[in-house]
Amino acid sequence: MNHWIIAPVIVPALIAALIVLSMRNQLMLQRIFSAFSTALLLAISLGLAWQAADGTITSYELGNWPAPFGIVLVLDRLSALMAVLTSVLALPVLLYAIGSEWDSRGTHFHALFQFQLMGIFGAFLTGDAFNLFVFFEVLLIASYGLMIHGGGTRRLRAGVQYVVFNLLGSTLFLFALGTLYAVTGTLNMADMAARVAEIPAAESAMLRVGAVLLLLVFAIKAALLPLHFWLPATYAEAPAPIAALFAIMTKVGAYAILRMHTLVFGPEIDITADIIGQLVLGAGLITLAIGMVGILGATGLGRMAAFAVIGSMGTLMVGMAGFTEQTTSATLYYLVHSTLAGAAMFLVVDLVRERRADDGLHPGPAMGQHGLVTALFFGAAIAVAGMPPLSGFIGKLLILDAVRDLPEVWAIWSVILVTSLIAIVGLARAGSVVFWKTETGPTGRRLRARQQPKLPLVVTCGMMGTVALLAVFAGPMSAYLDATAQQLFDREAYISAVLPEGGQP
Amino acid sequence: MELLFASAVGILTAAGLYLVMRQRTFPVILGISLLSYAVNLFLFASGRLAVNMPPVLLKGVEDFTDPLPQALVLTAIVISFGMTAVVVMLSLGAYLSARSDRIDLNDTEKTGDTRQ
Repeated sequence: MNHWIIAPVIVPALIAALIVLSMRNQLMLQRIFSAFSTALLLAISLGLAWQAADGTITSYELGNWPAPFGIVLVLDRLSALMAVLTSVLALPVLLYAIGSEWDSRGTHFHALFQFQLMGIFGAFLTGDAFNLFVFFEVLLIASYGLMIHGGGTRRLRAGVQYVVFNLLGSTLFLFALGTLYAVTGTLNMADMAARVAEIPAAESAMLRVGAVLLLLVFAIKAALLPLHFWLPATYAEAPAPIAALFAIMTKVGAYAILRMHTLVFGPEIDITADIIGQLVLGAGLITLAIGMVGILGATGLGRMAAFAVIGSMGTLMVGMAGFTEQTTSATLYYLVHSTLAGAAMFLVVDLVRERRADDGLHPGPAMGQHGLVTALFFGAAIAVAGMPPLSGFIGKLLILDAVRDLPEVWAIWSVILVTSLIAIVGLARAGSVVFWKTETGPTGRRLRARQQPKLPLVVTCGMMGTVALLAVFAGPMSAYLDATAQQLFDREAYISAVLPEGGQP
Repeated sequence: MELLFASAVGILTAAGLYLVMRQRTFPVILGISLLSYAVNLFLFASGRLAVNMPPVLLKGVEDFTDPLPQALVLTAIVISFGMTAVVVMLSLGAYLSARSDRIDLNDTEKTGDTRQ
C-alpha cells in the first residue's frame, strides 16, 4: 500500500510536536525545522499531484480498517491540486513571517503554523465526513492561536469574535453530521453518496435538511453572505502573514462545498439538486456585490484586502453554482488565482504597514523602497480586480464563458462586470491616495526605510511572480482542471475506488 | 422518552442561542456550552434511542444499540471542552486588555464598564 497520502498530515504533526517540546526557546532552530517541514510538504504534495495526474483515485485505509467502517484518506486530482496550492502558499508565507520577524512577536508561531498546515492538508485529503469535522477543528484551533499572535487589544477582541463565530459553526457542523448519520447510517463520504442515491424522494425531508445545514457550515467557512461577518475584522486584525495563510482557509469551505455537493448531493440527485445550486448562486451574487462595494468603502488597506477576499469568494461561488464540468473547471482556476492574489495583497499591505505604522487611506511621507512597494500594490490590485494581463482576468473570463448556457446568465454577467468596475475604482482610489501623493514630512521620517529587511520584499515579488506564471501557463493549467472537473462529476469512479465491493456491508 | 429527549435538545438549543446573542462574553460562552450539550445529545440520538442494549456485536445478542454515535459524542465532548477552555482564556485576555467584555468591536463605547 502507498503510504505517501498520510505524509502531509504526519509530517507537520511530528515537526510541530518536536518544536513545542524540544526547541521552545530557540527561534533559529524553530525556523529551520519549520521551513524544512514546509519545503518537504511542497515536495510531497507535488509527488502526490504527479501520482494523481493520470486520473487514478487512491484510497488509503487508516489502520487498515476496511472502508465503510474505518477512516479513509482519498487522493484524487482535486485534493492533490488543493494540497499543492496549500504548500505553494505556505512556503512563501512562512518565509515572509521569518523575514519580517513576525514569528518573534509571540511564542509558538512555528508550532501553530505546522498544526495549521496539518489541519488544512487533512481536510483536503480525508474521505470521511466526521474526519473532515475533526480536521476542521485542528485547523481552527491552530488558527485561533495564530490569529492572536503578537497580542494587542484590538487583535484579541477580534479574536474573541472569530472564535465564537467558528464555535457556532462547529456546533452546526455536528448537527448536520448527526442529521445525515441518522438518515444514511454512515459517515464515509463514498458510502453516503451510494446510499443517498437510493433514498426515495418521499423520505428525503431529513436529508434535505442535512444537506442545507452542511452547506451553511461550509458557507461560514467560505465567508458567504450573510455568514461573512467574522471575516473583515479577523483578516484585518490578524498578523498579515497569517491573513495571507488564511486565504486558503476560505477555500477549505469552497472545497468542502464542491466535494460534498458533487459527490454526496450531486447534481443528479433530484431531491437536493434544485436547492443547492440556487442557494449557492444567490449567496454568491450578494457576496460578490458586498465584497466589491466593501473595497470601495474600506478606510484602511487591511480591511480593503479582507473585502477583496470576500468579493473573490463571491465570484468563486457564482462560478461554482452551475455544478457542471465547465463551470467547475473555470471555478477551480479562479480558486487557485484568488488564493495567491489575495495572499499577495495581504503581504503588500503588511509591507506598507511596516513602513508607515498604519494602513489608513491617507497620504503620507514616501516609504522606504517606495517605488517597488507601489509596483507590488499595483500588481496585486490588478490581480485582485481581474484586469489583464494577470490571471484574475483569465479566471473571470473563464467563469463568464462557462456560465453562458445557464438560465441566470444575465444576472451573473451583469453582477460580475459591474462589481469588477467598482473594485477597480476602489483599488485605484486607495492606490492613488496612499502611493501617488507623498507628503514631505519632517526630516528623518525616511530613516525607518534603511532598517527594512530584504526577504519580505523578495517573497512578495515571488508571490506576484507565481500569479504571473499562473497566467502564462493558463493553457496546461486549465487542461488539468478540465480533467479534475471531469473526475469530480464521475461519482461512480470515486465510490468504487473507496468501496471496491460496492459498499453494502 | 422520545418527547422528553427531543424537548431537552430543543430547550438547550433555544437557551444556548438566546445566550449567544447577548452582548457580553460571559453569557456568550455559557450559550456556546449549552449548545454543545445540545449537540452532544443530538448526536447521541442520531443512532436511534435504545435502552439497556449492548453497544457491541456479540454472539447470541439480536438487539444492540449503535456504538458509532457514542464514539462521535466522545470526540465531540473532548473537542468542545478544549474549545471552551480556549475561548475562556481568550476572552479573559481580551477583557483584561480592553477593560471591557463586550463582544462587538465598537470603538465609540465607554471603556471601564465592568458590569456583568
